[in-house]
Amino acid sequence: MIPAGPSPAIDGDMLLPAPRRGLPSPTMQHPSPERSTPSRPAKVFEAIARNEPHVTETHLSLQGDDAVLEVEQFQLHYGAMHALHNISMRIPRGKVTALIGPSGCGKSTLLRSVNRMNDLIDNVRIGGSMRLNGDPIYAPGVDVIELRKRIGMVFQKPNPFPMSIFENVIYSLRIDGESDKRVLAQTCEESLRAAGLWEEVKDRLQDSALRLSGGQQQRLCIARAIAAEPEVLLLDEPCSALDPIATGRIEDLIEELKGEYSILMVTHNMQQASRTSDCTAFMYLGRLIEYGPTDDIFLQPHLRETEDYVTGRFG
Amino acid sequence: MTELEFDPKPRVAQPTAGPARSVRRRDKRRATSLFAHGEPMVWLTGGALGLALAMISTLLFVVISRGLPTFWPQPVVEIVTHGGERFAGEVALSESFALGPEALAALPEQAAARARAELAANDEQIARRMLRSGNYDLTGTHFRWVSDFEVAEESTPEWMLCVERLEWGRFYGVPTALEFDGRRTDGPSEQMWAEFERAHAQARATWDERRSIEEHDIGRLAKAKEEARLAVRSAELAHGAQSPERAAAEREAEALSAELDEEMRALGERIEELKALNAGRRLLVRTADGAQATLPLEQVVRAYPANRLGAFDKLAVYASRVEEFLLDSPRESNSEGGVFPAIFGTVLMTLIMSVLVVPFGVLAALYLREYARPGPLVSAVRIAINNLAGVPSIVFGVFGVGFFCYTVGGGLDTWLFPERLPSPTFGTGGLLWASLTLALLTLPVVIVPTEEALAAVPRSMREGSYACGATKWQTIWRIVLPRAMPGIMTGAILALARGAGEVAPLMLVGASKLAEELPIDGAFPYLHPERSFMHLGFHIYDLGFQSQNSEAAKPMVYTTTLLLIALVVVLNVVAIWIRARLRRRFQGAQL
Repeated sequence: MIPAGPSPAIDGDMLLPAPRRGLPSPTMQHPSPERSTPSRPAKVFEAIARNEPHVTETHLSLQGDDAVLEVEQFQLHYGAMHALHNISMRIPRGKVTALIGPSGCGKSTLLRSVNRMNDLIDNVRIGGSMRLNGDPIYAPGVDVIELRKRIGMVFQKPNPFPMSIFENVIYSLRIDGESDKRVLAQTCEESLRAAGLWEEVKDRLQDSALRLSGGQQQRLCIARAIAAEPEVLLLDEPCSALDPIATGRIEDLIEELKGEYSILMVTHNMQQASRTSDCTAFMYLGRLIEYGPTDDIFLQPHLRETEDYVTGRFG
Repeated sequence: MTELEFDPKPRVAQPTAGPARSVRRRDKRRATSLFAHGEPMVWLTGGALGLALAMISTLLFVVISRGLPTFWPQPVVEIVTHGGERFAGEVALSESFALGPEALAALPEQAAARARAELAANDEQIARRMLRSGNYDLTGTHFRWVSDFEVAEESTPEWMLCVERLEWGRFYGVPTALEFDGRRTDGPSEQMWAEFERAHAQARATWDERRSIEEHDIGRLAKAKEEARLAVRSAELAHGAQSPERAAAEREAEALSAELDEEMRALGERIEELKALNAGRRLLVRTADGAQATLPLEQVVRAYPANRLGAFDKLAVYASRVEEFLLDSPRESNSEGGVFPAIFGTVLMTLIMSVLVVPFGVLAALYLREYARPGPLVSAVRIAINNLAGVPSIVFGVFGVGFFCYTVGGGLDTWLFPERLPSPTFGTGGLLWASLTLALLTLPVVIVPTEEALAAVPRSMREGSYACGATKWQTIWRIVLPRAMPGIMTGAILALARGAGEVAPLMLVGASKLAEELPIDGAFPYLHPERSFMHLGFHIYDLGFQSQNSEAAKPMVYTTTLLLIALVVVLNVVAIWIRARLRRRFQGAQL
């Protein structure tokens, strides 16, 4: 057996320390109350605790954007549990949108609702609607398989398939029955280049993908997701299982993919959200509390609760 | 968790009370911690493993230590008893026993005196040996016991031969002359022995030719005749007894029959020729008690002067016997000769069984694990499958003979081979039915590990595949099955081991004491799944408990057991090697 876990010797991520960019860390530099005065006092959580409906505080500056994904009045129940309450948001095209919030607030559930991964779980009930480029996601008669081909997804833990690097990248083409070797090779190279992995693996495309390091595996999963040319890319805490250097590489990669792809990303890491995203949505107990441009959310949030969360005072 | 919870040392109690109380508390803690540290459990579990290993190694030791020396040539001793009897043989067994007073009283006076002397000298024990004395055609026995006090004289005559024959077992005696095509060489001498070896080779070659004609050519003619008869019967069944088709077929059969008879006559003449040729090739032998015997050279499988052999000669005899064992057919009701048909039958049956059971079991496990909605019904099915593994194998044999042989096979016979009835084709035990019965028997052995392997495929891999837009079957085919393949191979290996060692059901569904023909041969369609076959496990049973010459068969039981174990090990090692390769390919690193 090959020893489990990434070995330092083959960890390509170690080779290039990633340059960091982004906003000053919000936990280092607290926005002063004078600069950003929340418009309302901190009563939202109490209202939620009383089970009163919450109206999302959506910043006006987002209204005009061209949306790739529209979520309207979205509800989700796991059996008796109400997991998502009335979520409405528009994910702008060509930008990175970060979902933040404490554990269990429904970020991942919302993300997995977009490509209907929650269908795999019994006892899930859905309300409201989602539209991908105008096409309904939850209308009856929607072909889920075809829908998922339009949406790329990268998971929390790298999940390469038990096959070669090459086969991993072109998986979505294989299941579509593509057999033209030129097309496959070209897609593989383009996707791996886009994921910044080409130089590291171009000589061993036929090796098992399971022998790559954790960071390389995650970039491979990104390459696999973008090989299908998705309309929106879902990232579910893509760096949570990675070390800081590998995390840096992934963040750079997200930065590079911005513009070409519309990205919706779940993250627990405030710095990551502030560094990489254009828009940020703060969720709490299944509600979307506040949604706005990242700079505003981190520096001038409208709500007191958002400010408390992004500055690390709670959560 | 706090650090304290990981502290392996027992925490020292606060000395709140007096010193006596503190000590008592500490002692109590130490007692519990000894058990908690598991020292006794280490001994218990380790001891259980050690006992299991000891039992298994004892089994292997017995089988190997008795199985390997079977073919080693022993010296032939000639014994003259005080009673004046002379006989020769190989020592098969030595033991000592206590001679009772009644038995002692029954002995003649001189013998009794010698026995008493030995009893006194030898701790009230009498040593005795069992000699394989052979010469069954002259003496009517293969073995005889001789107690040491009866022995007046013991020698190892230089030219005492051990002769293995096609019939009547072994022969021990001193050669006096060799007759070969009218030439006579007196002996025993080196020159005569050299002549014998040449003559023997020629006589055997002639005999082989005769055997080949008898088995293959005459067999071919008989088969052609039988086919012509069947064609007549088919025509009769299809068109009626008075139909012109039947008459035509009959005419054709008669013409063919005349032709074949002509050919048969030619073959018969050739056989007579060869017989006559070999009739003049004989070895004249004198046994230890002075009787003369004539051994036709063609009947001698192997002969060697046992007491003249050096280490290398013995090794050569050993190798030649091993070769015969592995590559020849059995003779003398299986107690001599080889077991090649049994090896062939065992391997072929096991492979056909694996080919049948693995895909079938994997499909069933896939449905249970991937498609079936978990619930009481699925749980019940799973329990039933597990219980199937505990059903005695003879029950499967009874089912096999009732369902496969008589119902399915009988149906096939009336449908496909009506002209051969009433003699059955598929309607009796055979390779196919045996393989199917064992496939059924080993089905749970495949399903259970396969299901576990499927369940062990990480959920993240499946989700990744679904997220790429794969359907359920695409996910199973491209992700789940490759990833579960090593586990499926584990099931296949277990099934292989179970199936190769199974005997009881085979007795009912097709294994036979002696199969005339191998299930694979040069005649179309090459693989004959309806034929009965020989199986090593059944062969062991037959040797050990059905053999007329059980003393001679005993060492063969051990040797055949050793061979069966080796065969199962080889089949398993191959399967494990395949599994290791798959594992390297599909599970490069654990996630």
